[in-house]
Amino acid sequence: MSELTLTVMRLGFLAVLWLFVIVAVQVIRSDLFGTRVTQRAARRNDSRAQRQQPPQRQQQQPQPARRGRGNRGAPTKLVVSEGSLTGTTVALQGQTISLGRAHDSTIVLDDDYASSRHARIYPDRDGQWIVEDLGSTNGTYLDRTRLTTPTPIPPGAPIRIGKTVIELRK
Amino acid sequence: MSSNVNINTGSNTTVSPGGLPSRRNTELAMLVFAVLIPAFAYANVGLAKDGEIPAGMLGYGLGLGVLAGIAHLVVRRWAPYADPLMLPVATLLNGLGLVLIWRLDQEPTITTPALGGAMAPGQLMWSTLGVALALGVLIFLRDHRVLQRYTYISMVVALILLILPMFFPARYGARIWITIPGVGSLQPGEFAKIIIAVFFAGYLMVKRDALALASRRFMGLYLPRGRDLGPILAIWALSLMILIFETDLGTSLLFFGLFVIMLYVATERTSWVVFGLGLSAAGAVAVASFAGHVQSRVDNWLNPLATENGAVTETAQAMYSFGSGGMLGSGLGQGYSRLIGGIAPKSDYILATVGEELGLTGLMAILVLYGLLVERGMRTALAARDPFGKLLAVGLTGAFALQVFVVAGGVTGLIPLTGMTMPFLAQGGSSVIANWALVAILLRISDTARRPAPAPAPSPDAEMTQVVRP
Repeated sequence: MSELTLTVMRLGFLAVLWLFVIVAVQVIRSDLFGTRVTQRAARRNDSRAQRQQPPQRQQQQPQPARRGRGNRGAPTKLVVSEGSLTGTTVALQGQTISLGRAHDSTIVLDDDYASSRHARIYPDRDGQWIVEDLGSTNGTYLDRTRLTTPTPIPPGAPIRIGKTVIELRK
Repeated sequence: MSSNVNINTGSNTTVSPGGLPSRRNTELAMLVFAVLIPAFAYANVGLAKDGEIPAGMLGYGLGLGVLAGIAHLVVRRWAPYADPLMLPVATLLNGLGLVLIWRLDQEPTITTPALGGAMAPGQLMWSTLGVALALGVLIFLRDHRVLQRYTYISMVVALILLILPMFFPARYGARIWITIPGVGSLQPGEFAKIIIAVFFAGYLMVKRDALALASRRFMGLYLPRGRDLGPILAIWALSLMILIFETDLGTSLLFFGLFVIMLYVATERTSWVVFGLGLSAAGAVAVASFAGHVQSRVDNWLNPLATENGAVTETAQAMYSFGSGGMLGSGLGQGYSRLIGGIAPKSDYILATVGEELGLTGLMAILVLYGLLVERGMRTALAARDPFGKLLAVGLTGAFALQVFVVAGGVTGLIPLTGMTMPFLAQGGSSVIANWALVAILLRISDTARRPAPAPAPSPDAEMTQVVRP
């Protein structure tokens, strides 16, 4: 066997051995360096907003201007401002957020005046966040008015469920 | 950008994380990698020694591949949340060990019938048995907490396993073997280390509060009460007895060290470590001063280059092979570790072969692989939810780490050489079987630890909603 081949194999074997070690360390990276916080949430929101741009332009004339501003000003998090969960925030990533005492809710309300499945908050096709009461016992209030139909949430408007108040913030 | 970071870290635990990914596919990819590396090494040895790919290449490669594949499928079915790295790392170490032993089998001077002939086929069989035992453990041990029931039974079994070799003749200067005529011989100490870790975990879980809290403070150290000192003195006496009657430094170091590690983890008291180190130092010095076998080992360690009956010591030969390997090694199949003589290069001194043929670079890679396995074990202990599982994972990992330290330290001349085997790498049936079982128990604990918590009882749903009265 030629000397060159053996040298290449010798060094190649060491390289492969260390490659295994490095790949193994990559596998356990989150243990060693902590979970990496990614910006995926923000990017996904942006790309969705961009995708939705064309149909909106066709629908309504004043919409593009408002969307352009609303894009930057779209709420990015849901904050509980009153009640036992005060301070809790949930990132808004285009998913439906269910509220209630049921343990499988996104936000489990520890509130005697809330129903098991009280309300849900979801984005419509335009990216506008909508709150809908799910037939709760005590009702869901947006500002002062009790909800009867799914209603878009104006920025900063408090949503009251029992003793809990939540807001959408940027 | 910074506001996004705040959102993600600030989101509350009420949002369900959806459980950890099971990572079985990662494990599969790593396993394929771990089978390919020994196959590469095997081809490399063949090309270097004979100039052609060895004939048995397909057989050995497929054998290891099938073994790893079955192991993966069993883990996928019976321990789906187990750690993704333990199995590949163990497979790689075992495969490399097989190749190294096969490579040393190619040296006619150390593969005479008197020395036991070729050992790679036997080692492959033992590895298969080891994997089979590991899979049996995974299938039948559904919950590691079952072991807790056998705390005191395992103490008795471990004591029997440790004491039994005293009644059998010494081999290679140490009485650590049981010889069953017609069947073969085995090293019960390898199995005892697992069983005694079970005992220590069960015992310390119950007693740790007494050991940690009932103590007086003296000069910054917590002095334990006399009656709490009993067990540690008993284990110390036992490990000294092993040292004296079985003339085996490694086993006694392993057991006493394991006990001190687990005691420290269970009680968080540094004083136990100080006591342990003091006791083991006193014991080692006392025994080394009058037990001939231990004394010669210490002499070899202190003066490795002294000649012994006109020949250099094995310690010196191991150092020569590390030296001749240098940084990048001589290449697989191109070293001269056969000159160490006997079967030592296949068992105790297999690291010398690694050091010569793969160099410092390869030796470091192997040691990092052991380190990764130990890290995964400690990580399992951190993640485990029950105290018994935590202690057992620490104990098993600690035993493994101590064994690697004792062997690697002995071969490289850091501490006196002891008669232990490098886990997975060195030739020896008991060792490879016991270490596979150890990895299986760690896999079981990590499966339990990483499994998503069961959903809480739906009690809040059942309560009535109070009605607001205007």
